[in-house]
Amino acid sequence: MKLQNQRQVYGETLLELGRENKNIVVLEADLGKSTMTSLFEQEFPERFFEMGIGEANMTSFAAGLSLTGKIAFTNSFAVFAAGRAFDQIRQGISIPKLNVKIIGSSAGLSDFGDGATHQSVEDIAIMRAIPNMTVLVPADGIETRKMVRKIVEYNGPVYLRINRHDLPDLFPENQEYVIGKSYLIRDGRDIVVFANGIMVSKAVEAAEKLEEGGISVRVVNVSSLKPVNEDEIIKFTSGVKGIVTAEEHSLIGGLASVITYILRGNGIPVMPVGIEDQFGQSAHSYSELLEEYGLTADNISNSVKDFLLK
Amino acid sequence: MSKMNMTVAELEKLARTLRLNVIKMVGVGQKGHLGGSCSLSEIVTVLYFNRMKHDPENPEWEERDRFLLSKGHAALIQYAALAESGYFPKEELDKVKQLGAMLQGHPDMTTTPGVEGNTGSLGQGLSMACGMAAGLRLDRKKSKVYCIIGDGEIAEGQIWEAAMAAAFYKLDNLIVFLDKNNLQATGPISERYNTNPVVEKWKAFGWHVSELDGHNIREIIDTLDQVERISGKPKIIIAHTVKGKGISFAENVAAFHNGELTKEQFDFACAELNKNN
Repeated sequence: MKLQNQRQVYGETLLELGRENKNIVVLEADLGKSTMTSLFEQEFPERFFEMGIGEANMTSFAAGLSLTGKIAFTNSFAVFAAGRAFDQIRQGISIPKLNVKIIGSSAGLSDFGDGATHQSVEDIAIMRAIPNMTVLVPADGIETRKMVRKIVEYNGPVYLRINRHDLPDLFPENQEYVIGKSYLIRDGRDIVVFANGIMVSKAVEAAEKLEEGGISVRVVNVSSLKPVNEDEIIKFTSGVKGIVTAEEHSLIGGLASVITYILRGNGIPVMPVGIEDQFGQSAHSYSELLEEYGLTADNISNSVKDFLLK
Repeated sequence: MSKMNMTVAELEKLARTLRLNVIKMVGVGQKGHLGGSCSLSEIVTVLYFNRMKHDPENPEWEERDRFLLSKGHAALIQYAALAESGYFPKEELDKVKQLGAMLQGHPDMTTTPGVEGNTGSLGQGLSMACGMAAGLRLDRKKSKVYCIIGDGEIAEGQIWEAAMAAAFYKLDNLIVFLDKNNLQATGPISERYNTNPVVEKWKAFGWHVSELDGHNIREIIDTLDQVERISGKPKIIIAHTVKGKGISFAENVAAFHNGELTKEQFDFACAELNKNN
């Protein structure tokens, strides 16, 4: 399966969009070589704003640019893009629904070496709680490209979460991306796994192994955390004995919260896979960290089997 | 276009009218940001009625100058100026802060014609003004951005992030007034949390700095004439003002930062402002 890096795809897509639309401006907080906004900077220096290590000012400055008709992209690691600049996003951007796109890079545990200060376990919860905000988590490079193009067509604030590592392609190239829609990645009968981000590929891996043992698993990519088409989610649960949610985020306020809220009262048991209420930590590799926090295909498989053994 | 070509005497009278409308909006028995609104009356009057290119009939006019009240709690003086300019009927002033009203406690561009951005979380408006200035320059617009910050507000670290950005990007279409009324909500700035000295700080951050009496219309006009000719750097005008200006019992009294008026105080303030007009 082809691997792509979401950061690279993001940087390339932003550059393409910059060529197509002169109203696109990009703001960066000294991480451009990591977030890959450096590609845009090289070609469009006059529309690129290096804001130094000052995410608060970057975010309000972006609000000001959008007030003159620009489509402003702010960039930093997710933990700073959503956390450091929370108040700037809330007050100056979300209340008036300005056309600012907040890109949270190196999200989740993906900045494995830097530890808890640089790993975002709560960015989605923070952003989801803000009225008027759209919150998106692409599963792979293809979806990243489609999403980045789509959010330029949408006039309003968006938070988009980008992973640091190479991820396998899952999203069909010929499938149109629509904000708010969830995507069936793999059909199955017994259990549905609702996943997003890197956990979609983990869920597919789990489903393939389980199939060998005669267990049929449906995998749904819930890449739009807000808005989310609730009827679609309900339909995806038809006929299943249990529901697993899987996310690289705290179990508070992310995908588990979205799904359990939508399915409240419907009686199908839900098993959430995600980060318990705790911070990340440093590790020598991403996989080691994912293992430590239970964000693995094996953990999804075990959750599925638990339902079927009951 | 709004009334330009007003004489200094006419502008002085208008500034007192705006102040009177602030008092009316504060009313009796309700909290209102009286002090910091009254300290700005002359500056706001000059901006809306002498200086800025704007069109109340067409608030989105692309060539307009922009005004952003970073110290958004002084919204009442902006509302008075917007109503006087004709952005909305003056009756709206009577409904300020009522449930569902056009005029919110802090400026809201989604409800109020003429408001350019949502300010009031202190420290953010200057960054927004910088972004506007940068955006207008990208579009080769001649429009200027006027922004008012407070001397209490500059305790916010983001102000200094914006100060660096404006100087780095040489935003010479940005003109900032620092409303130096020397009081924050809980008392004198020099005693509570000293943001002084301001002139040296802004100079060190790479800005062109002027000082003036923020209640002297002539001086405000002359200083704007001077600084608007300076290119290559952002400009700040340190306006020495009196919090609660024009209402004798509220002048330099921190309690009227966001205070209530009794019926007696309200009548006294109205009479005082009417007498001088």
